[in-house]
Amino acid sequence: MSKIARQIKDTAASVRTKIQRKSKPTLSFPLRTLSNVKYHPKQGFLQLKGKKKIRTLTVSTVKTFAQTLRMMSQAKTLVEDNEIMTKREAYYVSKNWQDARFDEQPESDTVIDDIEALFQVNREQLGFIPEEKGGEVAGKLIVIDRDSDTGEELRIDCTKFGSGAYSIPISIEHLKFEAKAKFVLAIETAGMFQRLVKHNYWRKANCILISMGGVPTRACRRFIRRLADELKLPVYAFVDCDPYGMFNIYRTLKVGSGNAAHINRYFCVPKASFLGVTPQDIIDYKLPTHPLKEVDIKRAKDAIKNDPFVQHYKPWQDSIRQLLEMGVRAEQQAFAVHDLNYVIEHYLPEKLAAPKKFLP
Amino acid sequence: MPSGPIPTYDEGADFMGKARKKLVKSKTKAARKAKKKRGVTKKAEPKLAKATSKTAKEPAKEPVKKPAEETPAKKDVPRHSTAEEMASRQREISVAEFFTKNRHLLGFDNPRKALLTTIKEGVDNSLDACEEAGILPEVKVVITPGKEEDRFIVTIEDNGPGILKKQIPKIFAKLLYGSKFHRLKMSRGQQGIGISAAGMYGQLTTGKPISIISKTSRNKPAHHYELEIDTKRNEPRIIVDETVDWPVQRGTKVEIELEAKFQKGRQSVEEYLEQTAIANPHVLLQFVTPSGEIKTYVRASKELPVETREIKPHPYGVELGILIKMLHDTKARTLQSFLHSEFSRVSIQVARAICEKAKVSERSRPTRIARQEADNLFKAINQTKIMNPRTDCLSPIGEELILTGLKKQIEADFYTSVTRPPSVYRGNPFQIEAGLAYGGFLQAEGLARLLRYANRVPLLYQQSACAMTRSVLNTAWRNYALSQSAGALPSGPLVIIVHMASVWVPFTSESKEAVAHYPEIIKEVRLALQECGRQLAVFIRRRRKAAESQRKKEYIQQYIPHIAIALREMLELSERQETTIVKQLKDLLERSRS
Repeated sequence: MSKIARQIKDTAASVRTKIQRKSKPTLSFPLRTLSNVKYHPKQGFLQLKGKKKIRTLTVSTVKTFAQTLRMMSQAKTLVEDNEIMTKREAYYVSKNWQDARFDEQPESDTVIDDIEALFQVNREQLGFIPEEKGGEVAGKLIVIDRDSDTGEELRIDCTKFGSGAYSIPISIEHLKFEAKAKFVLAIETAGMFQRLVKHNYWRKANCILISMGGVPTRACRRFIRRLADELKLPVYAFVDCDPYGMFNIYRTLKVGSGNAAHINRYFCVPKASFLGVTPQDIIDYKLPTHPLKEVDIKRAKDAIKNDPFVQHYKPWQDSIRQLLEMGVRAEQQAFAVHDLNYVIEHYLPEKLAAPKKFLP
Repeated sequence: MPSGPIPTYDEGADFMGKARKKLVKSKTKAARKAKKKRGVTKKAEPKLAKATSKTAKEPAKEPVKKPAEETPAKKDVPRHSTAEEMASRQREISVAEFFTKNRHLLGFDNPRKALLTTIKEGVDNSLDACEEAGILPEVKVVITPGKEEDRFIVTIEDNGPGILKKQIPKIFAKLLYGSKFHRLKMSRGQQGIGISAAGMYGQLTTGKPISIISKTSRNKPAHHYELEIDTKRNEPRIIVDETVDWPVQRGTKVEIELEAKFQKGRQSVEEYLEQTAIANPHVLLQFVTPSGEIKTYVRASKELPVETREIKPHPYGVELGILIKMLHDTKARTLQSFLHSEFSRVSIQVARAICEKAKVSERSRPTRIARQEADNLFKAINQTKIMNPRTDCLSPIGEELILTGLKKQIEADFYTSVTRPPSVYRGNPFQIEAGLAYGGFLQAEGLARLLRYANRVPLLYQQSACAMTRSVLNTAWRNYALSQSAGALPSGPLVIIVHMASVWVPFTSESKEAVAHYPEIIKEVRLALQECGRQLAVFIRRRRKAAESQRKKEYIQQYIPHIAIALREMLELSERQETTIVKQLKDLLERSRS
């Protein structure tokens, strides 16, 4: 029996023992919020502080309690059978549970996240895989995979996709890498990624381009992390200049999130730094802007107040304040105002000339 | 019977004042002549006809109201009348004539309401008579369609004490003739106008007389009368007078044919009878509809209402004019004995105190005071502390019987009732009762139903003008677990009944439809409703809690099996072990619930 299956069985046994002793069974989960994480630059990611949420079986929790246990049982079966299940599939399987079924997928996702946190593992280890795509890669990287039928080694050259790109798979632990690139450029939007790929920017800058498509998925973060660790490459993030790009995307890439704090250890890229777009860039490059939205302002203020990562870095606090004072945001594609390829010919080279100046 | 058109110790006085003034006016000037030779007046009229032909043709319908208006109609007639000409047109107006013109004042505005009012007057009279005679009332109301469209024959029959032969014509065919007006006593009818007005309405709309059969005891014969009102003189005109065989022990049967409209639903005869049954559980009511359907409202209690005492007026409720009249009419020789004997709660000592305050001698003659010092006396009365009036003149329905009545007619889950202690407005004792019925078969959607009663008589019209309604609206029903929008009745499956018992119920109008807004009355109604509300809230909350608890129980039982299934799967348990877990969990959670 695997370690994880053993853990599940132990937890189930403790629940049963409590019931037999006529006391209310409990399950205890680490609290998954920003308030329960701390940041140590040495470790380089947000880690749990240890606050726990204890779910006691009462009248009001009986439904979630039952669902959690049934989902745990599902996970145990998956692990034992070495099978996988997407989160969507897990939601559909629950439809067999009559009264205990989930009505919407977010409900089952939350329960899966709870179980993941309960056992301090990532959901892939429990057999649950996400639906989402991992991100796209182009540039000077060779990914070494295996043919799932023959077990034959496959060498995938990411320079050979033409105007397309290599797709990061959902599970990446088995991959190996070879590269001669100098750095990794993680890009927020698919649009900007397409522009750089079309003009073979990776060749010009000798780098690996990765499109994150918004907040990077776990697989994408893990992929970048392994590139950074195993190939010892610096990672530069190139995102929109707004609180969402800075904290939801960049911060999650670098140090992980509050919600998934129990697995940040594996899914963060502590070596990443922030190339742009910075508030200063808006001024320096005379970028066209939009006013900050209500939700942007709230998110920015929230970051100053509650985000342990921001609280640790003064430059970040200064940048947010600057942004709030300017009251505007700019998108990474705003450079098109000067020239379609301005970003390739001027912005990126100029920024890359001084990586030390990047925001941490 | 409608309150009103005679000066009394109440609201009606205002209206009556006008009527009375007119009567007085005509007396002072032209009427002396008319009085002497009543027969002659009619003959003399054709003379007038030259000037005012209208008046002459329809003398009954054109009383001397505004003679000036009529003259300009003819060009050859001088514009202005002389005092003599005016005097020649001024004559007495009979009460009957007055109400023929103003029948809406008595509740005969339209055919539909006329039917209800007729039945109401008849039933009220029957119940009053039975109760006064100590007989458990049995009243039968029959409506049969008449030969012509829009006509109905209404029959009201009771098992009451019957009426003496010689009284029958006056009671049924003379307005303002009755036993109830000259006394301060709680009863349904008050003036002696209602049933004769109904007869008069019938006569007016169909030309048919009112028919009465009455029998006072088993051994005596029954008398049958058919009567008309001579509206001009307000005197009965006897059409038929005979002795008939009527196989009942005693009782009275009244039959009136009238123009009417029979309808069901709100403000219908049926609603009136149903509400009467609620407030009078000692009454057996039978109702035969025009289509021949028989409805019986059974008797739920054999307890007759407590016989009430007649009281003298309380000094605080007396107005100056009435006081002067009483001073004139009294047989007492001294002021002190006048105060003591004509009013309630005035002892010799209190009478002396009043005289001292008014700075008049206690031995002065009342008639002299009437002319000169009535004003001072009136002020003195109101400045002297006098005990509240006796309250044994009131006969509330009682908490028990309200419940009985409600349970009899309304199927609900919860009933409560409150009888407030007696209170006083303007010197008149009154007592408020309230009751609630909630849940059961009552309509859960929409607003509560409010039933108002005055001296056990349901009030069906003018709900929004009534002081009782005001109190219901102003009660914060939300405190009692009901929902209520601002300025509206509470909503939910609820029936509210409010009863005011008083020797004089202050109606806002003569047709007795709404109670006037005296602060004392509004306050008492509110207190009664609040008391009922508290009881209702306890019931509703308890029921909600029980429902909640049942819901929780079901909720728990829905999910417990899944915990057991999951544990069986993970721990590879047997089915028996799974069942044990289910049982243990149920015990565990249900224990924690309570």
